[in-house]
Formats: sequence, structure tokens, C-alpha cells
Amino acid sequence: MASANPKTIYMDNNATSRVAPEVVEAMMPYLTESYGNPSSMHTFGGQVGEAVKTARKKVADLLGADPEEITFTSCGTESDSTAILSALRTFPEKRHVITTRVEHPAVKNLCDSLQTVTGHKYKVTRLKVDSEGMLDMAEYEAALTDDTAIVSVMWANNETGVIFPVEEMAAMAKQRGILFHTDAVQAVGKIDIDLAQLDIDFLSLSGHKLHAPKGIGVLYIKRGTLFVPFLTGGHQESGRRGGTENVASIVGLGRACELAGEKMAEENGRVKQLRDKLEEGLLAKVPKSMLNGHKTARLPNTANISFEFVEGEAILLHMNQHRICASSGSACTSGSLEPSHVLRAMGVPFTAAHGSIRFSLSVYNTEEEVDFVIEKMPAIIASLRKMSPFWKG
Amino acid sequence: MWEYTDKVQEHFLHPHNVGEIEKPSGTGDVGSLACGDALKLTLKINKDDIITEAKFKTFGCASAIASSSVLTDMVTGMSVDEAAKITNEDIASALGGLPKEKMHCSVMGREALEAAIADYRGQVLPMAQGEIVCECFGVTDLEIIRAIKESSLRSVEEITNFTKAGGGCGKCEDKLREILQQTVSGKESAVPVNVKLKPKRMTSLQKIKKIEEVLEREIRPGLRKDGGDIELIDVDGDFVIVSLRGACKSCHKSQTTIKEYVEKKLRELVLESLIVEEEN
Repeated sequence: MASANPKTIYMDNNATSRVAPEVVEAMMPYLTESYGNPSSMHTFGGQVGEAVKTARKKVADLLGADPEEITFTSCGTESDSTAILSALRTFPEKRHVITTRVEHPAVKNLCDSLQTVTGHKYKVTRLKVDSEGMLDMAEYEAALTDDTAIVSVMWANNETGVIFPVEEMAAMAKQRGILFHTDAVQAVGKIDIDLAQLDIDFLSLSGHKLHAPKGIGVLYIKRGTLFVPFLTGGHQESGRRGGTENVASIVGLGRACELAGEKMAEENGRVKQLRDKLEEGLLAKVPKSMLNGHKTARLPNTANISFEFVEGEAILLHMNQHRICASSGSACTSGSLEPSHVLRAMGVPFTAAHGSIRFSLSVYNTEEEVDFVIEKMPAIIASLRKMSPFWKG
Repeated sequence: MWEYTDKVQEHFLHPHNVGEIEKPSGTGDVGSLACGDALKLTLKINKDDIITEAKFKTFGCASAIASSSVLTDMVTGMSVDEAAKITNEDIASALGGLPKEKMHCSVMGREALEAAIADYRGQVLPMAQGEIVCECFGVTDLEIIRAIKESSLRSVEEITNFTKAGGGCGKCEDKLREILQQTVSGKESAVPVNVKLKPKRMTSLQKIKKIEEVLEREIRPGLRKDGGDIELIDVDGDFVIVSLRGACKSCHKSQTTIKEYVEKKLRELVLESLIVEEEN
């Protein structure tokens, strides 16, 4: 029923993305005839080990890293937890963590639990953002102390696409001997990353955001960084993460990283142009609409737009009637009763926060699709405003 | 994705009786923008006490819109006394059920209906009395006790689903658990309800609503004349965080505007203790 047939207009790529056909093709042998265990002594398994090795190299190439710095995990969340908890175990005497108010729940809720579960053994600084979603570097600099074990700051925000200056922030942490982790789940594959040149100690990525399957992630651990595993078990991943390798997905992720490298120019060219067209079209055609997040320091594929005085879930379900897929930061879509913590941290007024829609594109989107969305949205918003008690149109 | 019944979908996509009756016999205005849902119900009632027309305007999700729509269908043709007996469960079942997390949408419908009937009868709503338990969403103990009894609620989570209480900061969870225990064990009935009727403190939400009203009525027109505007960003206790827009934003007198003009007006018309600050 809900298959992504040609009529479905998928603009929710920050939630998850289509598995590239090339990726499926690369994976198939490891879901069928090549089922060996990479750790086995026989050639049958050893060949599979070779495939994992090749994939590791491809992931490393996209990030400007060495293959030995790449550890495969099950998802972005596991990578985030592994990095932050490793830092705390490495420096048990340090009791301070710096993060931001707009992190993904994978980092935000972990940091919250560091305080609540441990009975406030840890102090957590959550950096503020301004109305465009940007950090105050002076606040960051002042927050770095001798007690700080790790800084965890996302590279790009999943809701607004705003990009943080993690290169500079990592360098500042390094100067004071503080470990730096970045949740780069939304950034990898969308913007150029060259870790060899940077002071980033840990980086998390997630396969399904860049056209690989769900259930595969990576933690980059810079060479020389002290590390304590999260999953203890077998000797897989050089003893950094126990558990038999998810071979097919690892191979798929390798292929997806290779494709992402090839398509980086298209992502920052054609996809960005489509995004700009969509954004400008909607802001021009729908009165009382506004962009959330910095205009330029932003991922090329993401546009978060608020339509004032209407509610996000209602908008999404009307869009659904036209088979347009997107997300909202409204309270009703999350299952919680409050709107997105990211928009609230930015000080987006309630009139707008409840009516925010995130469009996130990919290389699979076309200009026809963008035109169709620009054509349909004004009537959807107008019909909902007509029944809103707050709309004085 | 929520599992909505066909009936919910139908009322959401093609709502009935959208609008506002001119010179209504009774009006029920509940919820707020800050809460994420709000409903304005207007009723036309004839001399025989029959509801001849009902219209709604709703800001909210699919189930809020569907609940409002089906409610207007239900009450049309009913006597006021009959309508007064409608419960939130009746609204939900008319829609073929609602997801449990969305039951508060049907409660909002019932509240708007009660408010409209009280308005028609010239009565004060009993539920608006009582003591605020959940400050985030402005829910009183009486509302919570009523929901527990009417819908046989048995957990704090269910209370949140039905009334929103506890769905914000979560600080009132212990209090909710206490009310639940007392209500289920029947202890609260030992205290006559009217003993508890004391004037309501102003909740954050009431404050926000009132502040918005004053900004709109008293402050914006003056600022707009000068090409400026003001936006309410947040209300945290007595702190009112605002942001000046347009010409006001770059005006070197903005601090004076905020303290001398905005703060003075809000203290005069909303609450003496308010402190207005510009968002940094």
C-alpha cells in the first residue's frame, strides 16, 4: 500500500532516505551466497572479511580518515553513546560535559540522564543558540574548563539544517586537552568533511541518512584517542565493538559513501538549487510564513518553514493527501505535548513553532516535484487558516 | 504516524460547520496558541432551548479538528439540557475512537461545549475554579478528578493523555499520582467540592494569553505606527521575554520602549510583578 511509487514526493530525507539501488545491488551477495563470518579461518569467511575491509576504506575516504579510525556500529545513537561514555570513563575525575540545547535526542537525552541517573554527579553545560540557531562562541570558550571531559556538538542540525563551526570548536577544545565529539549524522554526505585536517576526536554517522540501510552506523575514533568500548564482547572491530559484523549493511554503507562522494557536487549544486526554489516559492506564495534557521550556514538540502497560526500535524496530513512526505516540529506530531526543543531554543514564537514544516531533499528529487509542492501548499495553509480562531486574514 | 479512523479522516479533511455564528447565543473559547490547540465554539439556541446551529473554529491537529466538527453535528437539534450531558467519551466514540494520546482533543470539545452552555445560561464554569496542578497547561485539580472519574483513568500517563496535565515540564507528576490515588480510593469525596473553590492563581498560560491580548490591543498599534512590532517569545514565571521587530529592532531607544512602555502597560493590565526583558 504505502510503497514509494513514482507518485510519492519524498522530502523527508533528514528522517531517513531511500536505499540507493546501487547499494542494494552491492549488498545482495552478502544476503545470499556469501554468508560467511568475516572472523572465520576458511576462505569462504575470509572473502567476506575482505568485503568489510573494502567498505571500511570507502567510508574512511569520504571522511578524509584512515580505515583503522573507522568502527562500525548499529546506528548513530550507539555511536553517540559510545563516544560520550568512553570519554567519561577515560577521564573519571572529570565531571563536566558541554553540549548544545539543540542536539538530537540521541545526545540530548544521554546528557540529561548523566545528570538525573547519576544523581547530578555530572555537570552539563547546554550552549544557547540565537534566533537563527547559531552558537555564541564566547559562551563556548567561557564554558571550557579543566573539569570538562568532552564536548559534544552536532555538525548540522536535523531540524533546521544549521551548520555549527565544529572545526573551530574542536580546535579550541584540543588546545585545552578536552575531547571533542560531533554527531555528524546529518552532515556526512551533504557537505565536505576532511577529518585528517581537524581536531575532532569522535564523529558519529548513520547509514540510513545517506542512502544506505537502517541499522548501520559508524564511530570515527581519531588515531591516538583513548577509547573504552561500549559493547564488550568478541574481538571484532579491533576489539572496539563486540558483536558479529552486520556484513551486508557494512558493504552497503561502503557503497553509499562512495556514491555520496561522487554526488557531493550535485548535492551542493542541483539539490541546493531545488531547495532554494522550494523555499523562495513557499515564502513568496504563502503569507505569514518564515524560514527557521540561518539562511546560509545551512545544509544544502534542508528548509524549515513556519506557517503561522496553523498546526503542523494538520498541514502534514493534508500534504499526505497529495502524497507529499515531510516532517513537523509541532507538538502533535511528536507524541509529546510541546513543540520542538530546537525551535523553542531559537525563540521561535508559539504562533510559528506549532506550524513548522521541515522539507529535506535528496538527489532523487526533481524540479517537477518542487513545482508541485509550491503549487499545492498555499491552498492547504489557506484552508487550515480559514478554520483557525487566531487567523485574522 | 497516528492511526486515525476513517471517521476522523473524513471530519478532518471535510469538516462540517466551520466558522463563527454572528451574535451567538453562547460562545465557548478554550485552549490557546501556546498549548498547540484551541477551539472557539459558537451556538445559536432558540426560545425553546434547542440548539439550532453550531459552528467552530479550531487551531490544532487532525483529531482536534475532527472532534470539533463531529461535536457541532452532534449538538445541532439537541436541547441544551441534552447537550450538557455529552461527555468526551461520546465525542470520541462518534469518531470511532481516538488514539489514546489524543483523547485530550475530545476533552477540549467537551470543555468548549460546557463553556458555551454556561455562557448561554449566564453561569460561571465550575471547572475554571479549583486549584491549578499543571502550570504548563493550566489544568486544575477539579478537571483532573473529573477526567479520572469519567474515563476511569488509572495512571498518570492516562491523565496526561486525557487532560494534558503533566505533559510539559513534568514537575506535577507526584501531585497527579496523589490525586489519582485519592480519587480512586474515593477519599477526595470526603471534602465537599465547594470548599475547594478558591480564586485561581494565574497560570503561565493564562498569563501568556493575557499578555498577548494586551500587546495586541495596547502596544502593537503604537509600535506599528513607527514601523516597528513586538513579539512575545517566552513567559518564564514573572519574566516576560519579548523581541522587538522592524524599525524597533535597530532603534537605540528600544530599552526605554521596553521598560517604560511595554513593562508599564503589562504591569498595569496583567500582573504587577512582571519583568519585561528583551531577548538577547
